[in-house]
Amino acid sequence: MAAQQAEASGVAPQGPAPVAGAASSSLRHESAHLHVAGEARYVDDVLTPPNAVHVALGLSSRAHARIISMDLGPVQAYPGVVCVLSARDIAHHNQISSVGAGDEPLLAEDHVFFCGQPLFAVVAQTRHAARQAAVLARVEYEDLPAVLNIEQARAQGGALVCRSLEMTRGNAAQALANAPHRLAGQLAIGGQEHFYLEGQAALAWPGEDGEMRICSSTQHPTETQHMVAHVLGCPNNLVTVEVRRMGGGFGGKETQANIVACLAALAAARTGRPAKLRLDRDDDMMITGKRHDFVIDYDVGFDAQGHVLGVDMELAARCGWSADLSGPVTDRALFHADNAYYYPDVRLRSVPLRTNTQSNTAFRGFGGPQGAAAAERIMEQIAFATGLDPLDVRLRNVYGTTERNVTPYHMTVEDSIAGEVMTQLAQDCDYRKRRAQIREFNKTSQYLRRGIALTPVKFGISFTATHFNQAGALVHVYTDGSVQVNHGGTEMGQGLHTKMVQIAMREFGLPHERVRITATTTGKVPNTSATAASSGADLNGMAVLAAVRTIKDRLVNFAAAKWQVPPEQVHFTADGVVVGEATVPFATLVNAAYMARISLSSTGFYKTPKISWDSATGRGRPFYYFAYGAACAEVVVDLLTGENRMERVDILHDAGLSLNPDIDIGQIEGGFVQGAGWLTMEELFWDTSGRLRTHAPSTYKIPACSDRPRIFNVKLMENVPNREETIFRSKAVGEPPFVHGLAVLHAISDALASVDNYRTYPGLNAPATPEQILRVAERLRQQGGVGHAQVHT
Amino acid sequence: MRQHVSFYVGDTLHHLSSLPPELTLLDWLRDQQARTGTKEGCNEGDCGACTVLVGRLEQGHLVWRAVNACIHMVWMLDGAQLLTVEDLRGPDGALHPVQQAMVDEHGSQCGFCTPGFVMSMVALSTRADLAALEGTLDGERIINEALAGNLCRCTGYAPIVRAMKKAAAYCVRHGEPISARTAELSARLQALQDGKTVELHSPQGRVTLPATVEALATAYAQDPAAVLVAGGTDVGLWVTKRLRQLPHIIAVRTARDLHKIHTRPDGALWIGAGVTYTEAMPHLVAHLPAAADTLRRIGSTQVRNAATVCGNIGNASPIGDGPPIFMAAGAQLYLRCGTDRRVVPLEAFFLEYGKQDIRPGEFIEGVLIPPLPAGSVCGVYKVSKRFDQDISAVLGAFVLVMAEDGTIQQARLAYGGMAGIPCRASRAEAALTGQMRTPETLLAAQAAIKEDFTPLSDMRASAWYRATVAANLLVRLFEPDRDNSPHHAPTLQNWQEVAHG
Repeated sequence: MAAQQAEASGVAPQGPAPVAGAASSSLRHESAHLHVAGEARYVDDVLTPPNAVHVALGLSSRAHARIISMDLGPVQAYPGVVCVLSARDIAHHNQISSVGAGDEPLLAEDHVFFCGQPLFAVVAQTRHAARQAAVLARVEYEDLPAVLNIEQARAQGGALVCRSLEMTRGNAAQALANAPHRLAGQLAIGGQEHFYLEGQAALAWPGEDGEMRICSSTQHPTETQHMVAHVLGCPNNLVTVEVRRMGGGFGGKETQANIVACLAALAAARTGRPAKLRLDRDDDMMITGKRHDFVIDYDVGFDAQGHVLGVDMELAARCGWSADLSGPVTDRALFHADNAYYYPDVRLRSVPLRTNTQSNTAFRGFGGPQGAAAAERIMEQIAFATGLDPLDVRLRNVYGTTERNVTPYHMTVEDSIAGEVMTQLAQDCDYRKRRAQIREFNKTSQYLRRGIALTPVKFGISFTATHFNQAGALVHVYTDGSVQVNHGGTEMGQGLHTKMVQIAMREFGLPHERVRITATTTGKVPNTSATAASSGADLNGMAVLAAVRTIKDRLVNFAAAKWQVPPEQVHFTADGVVVGEATVPFATLVNAAYMARISLSSTGFYKTPKISWDSATGRGRPFYYFAYGAACAEVVVDLLTGENRMERVDILHDAGLSLNPDIDIGQIEGGFVQGAGWLTMEELFWDTSGRLRTHAPSTYKIPACSDRPRIFNVKLMENVPNREETIFRSKAVGEPPFVHGLAVLHAISDALASVDNYRTYPGLNAPATPEQILRVAERLRQQGGVGHAQVHT
Repeated sequence: MRQHVSFYVGDTLHHLSSLPPELTLLDWLRDQQARTGTKEGCNEGDCGACTVLVGRLEQGHLVWRAVNACIHMVWMLDGAQLLTVEDLRGPDGALHPVQQAMVDEHGSQCGFCTPGFVMSMVALSTRADLAALEGTLDGERIINEALAGNLCRCTGYAPIVRAMKKAAAYCVRHGEPISARTAELSARLQALQDGKTVELHSPQGRVTLPATVEALATAYAQDPAAVLVAGGTDVGLWVTKRLRQLPHIIAVRTARDLHKIHTRPDGALWIGAGVTYTEAMPHLVAHLPAAADTLRRIGSTQVRNAATVCGNIGNASPIGDGPPIFMAAGAQLYLRCGTDRRVVPLEAFFLEYGKQDIRPGEFIEGVLIPPLPAGSVCGVYKVSKRFDQDISAVLGAFVLVMAEDGTIQQARLAYGGMAGIPCRASRAEAALTGQMRTPETLLAAQAAIKEDFTPLSDMRASAWYRATVAANLLVRLFEPDRDNSPHHAPTLQNWQEVAHG
């Protein structure tokens, strides 16, 4: 059934069964054998020429101030220093706002806007000397009032970094007024440091006649190219940006990599020598933006059966000192403030607030998880108000396919399977029986309480900026029959390159050894989009397919003519190219085609169909399709300390017809743990002067090995081809699983609710650190008057 | 006297005579040896991307320890065998079983943390008790412990643990390739052990590697401005983060007579200043069983492999986990300056934040931990934001010495994270002393805790949280009678076993 649908789509494989490991089957990561041997090269591993210089940055120590004076004499005088670059040394554009907002100088001019802002760059013979010298500047500041968080920003008038977005459908105010039940509340949800294991790094080589080649750890080589050209004041065609792989990105190298690449390029241009800038971890965390923290105020009307009738929501975000990607991030928070639920009448509004902190940026989910968190908060609170099982409230509100299927942005949801996924998962993991058992356990356990929750995800796939939904590829077949694939996407661990290789394998019938992926470079595929928004395989996969099919068509026509068979009788199989009755080795056919002067190289191009979006009206079809899934988490909480553990997690996820099931399961496992970390232990802490105090892994804690769920079952939905014509009917899988972390937050909330015998809604905010959990437990004890004589505050 | 250090990297013997004292192993490997497989993730010993294996002869046996190269100084390798990820392939180029399992189980995604994980996993796979990993809860625990010092942001760890189990099963059946070379590697390391004191000189400064405690005492008395470095897990950060230069380092761990750890006839445990947490672990666990779960959470495997018990005392951090435990147990610190020796109770050593009872040129020779009196009740509880490899928000270490009539004869309640130094809760101790273990006594002690401390609020916890938890932890100490459990109330560490009978 599934295969038939795929066949009919025009994106199905041609010919008989593909080779082992080709697309739609599992294949190990294309670099796995290099990763494990330490042979995979990252920017800092590229052999640095002996004449290279090294860059380190001087940072602002104030959150908001006017620079009265900056004495760089001691920096310049430090042994080994070649030169020091400040804003006035940037002859062209000292500006790297990725959205053209003009509010993001590369190096501070006369003001600083956050503690950690780069003031100057030291260029030295060694990295050590550059770092030593960078702390020697004497800077005089005149402090200005600093706005550090959402509360302060609102109190100071609520200056925005970009426009607010509003989405309305129906009349929310009236629906709320008419609803038999109504509740309002506020959800605070913290930010998150990316903590890619490889920090930001770039190596710049000056070439002849103004050329600049950059080896960068960037998710967006084209934008890095543009920014470098902009800062150097040269045309784009002089700058080539190359990235073989990143040691993790998660959105943190979509725009933030530009800072590092531009400064390395400036140093190289100034000295005429190769220049490397690799940030120390502490500097990386002090300088670069993070996931936006949100405060979400909601007002919801519902009936006694738990049906949502009206929703009014305001989603305020701490955006930091500059616009960066805060516009689209806060937009996406709105796009996902329904998560998987139908809101009959709705009004949603974003409030992207400017603050004197790091400029928050893209991070896996891109605002979506924060929006979805609000939807889940609403479902859970309605369950409390109605006395229903939260799962039943969720199932009653989930999107239909023929009715109750229009989003707050007026897009009709055609593919919802969220209800089926939740129902199947609940059955598979025995949710209802375990929930009853947990409530029994909690009756007799004084200090250890257990909780369970099952939450869905519906995640919109496409860049909401429609023009980014395009991709290019370049495929070469060499005369020995080996293939080289290049495309516009970047590899950051997600297995994109592996999937691209698998597509070529499947189409050509070649084993993986015969298909080589090369570093992403602006010199091969130009004008690319960021590898972001989960779109890497969708967009680039179709571009690779287009390029491969162009070459195949030429080979088919050539073979048909040469061996006098109809083109329909030429098939690419694992055994070779079947031409009528004969089977010709791929290399033989290719070589013959070359001798006949057939081009064996092609570009490929793809743009996503059907999508449109008008932010002015808040209407459109911003997403080509949705990816779905559900997670069930069980936790145990210690009421003496707030410590907690994930005892069991079950996930059922929709990857369409997966391009690589093993890699997709890896994305789900990893995305889930990252999401759970965000919502539980990862806490960003700024002191009252605006200095980030959690600027290293000693103070900022991401999940460790023992934090993974003790029992962890992850499955892909079977036989669910994408209804849309995506690459081999697969679905994007990068960001959606991150949202599964919400199940953990709600399971902790469920455990805490037992403190007051499930009478009071816990209202747990994120991150649910041990301290947060203990605070809520204390509040519930006091509200409920439940006696725990020995537990004191 | 020798004027160079000698060690093997892979099969190459290096003799180095001129080294900047604070040059880290990671920088040396990456910048000077072109061994870029070892990665820098955080440069402070927290992420494990730079994990390497150091092989040494311990009591004549070759023992492999995973350490963080970013805060390990090159001179520390004297007499050792270093293995980095580049050394793991077999002579035929085949991957090590751990590497192969990581490939097969999709244990790498971005791959940046992977070499570090591989090295920690190889260290585990050289352990003799490898068979225990298969299919038991203990196996999961051993893996969690071995990998607690390696952070991965991509995989969620599940495939890495699967790979570890698979590799372990393989090595149990077919042998582990590095262990197979034990005799050969031991012999060539034995040849490097000449028992000599080493002095390294370079334009940036010098390093003294005393062979004996006498040599150490003499060197330090001559230059009290020198920096003593034992495991370097704290001093390493002075170098990598504060960019400090250390013109004269005196090594502690090279003095062979500081490596003693033994139980005296009176039952007291002596731990010399050169003993790492890893080496001390079996002794400490036997001596203070209630502290076992917390001791395993100090730093990470890599940190405990380098860090010494006495270094954890000597750096006098208010949030070190060892000092409150030893303080509750009534430990005494043995100090030495030249030939002068004195003994101070551990709690008297910490004067105030950043100030200890120690004189220029004086150093810790060892710590003596008396046995717990018969019938005493002991509980040690560490509370942190993350379970593993995190600095405590609060650590409570409690010893109640019980009289025969069931009254509390003596109470020793020591806390970390509650003040500028690790210290005892004297008012709470007074509230307990002479009382029966009743709910009323608990309430009185909890109230007194509030008077004992005025904790700070910082990024790890608020003052409210610290004060509340400090009081709540006493509940665990009072639980045994009611729950009739042998040690203490079920905590998250052991609740599953308790719940499942």
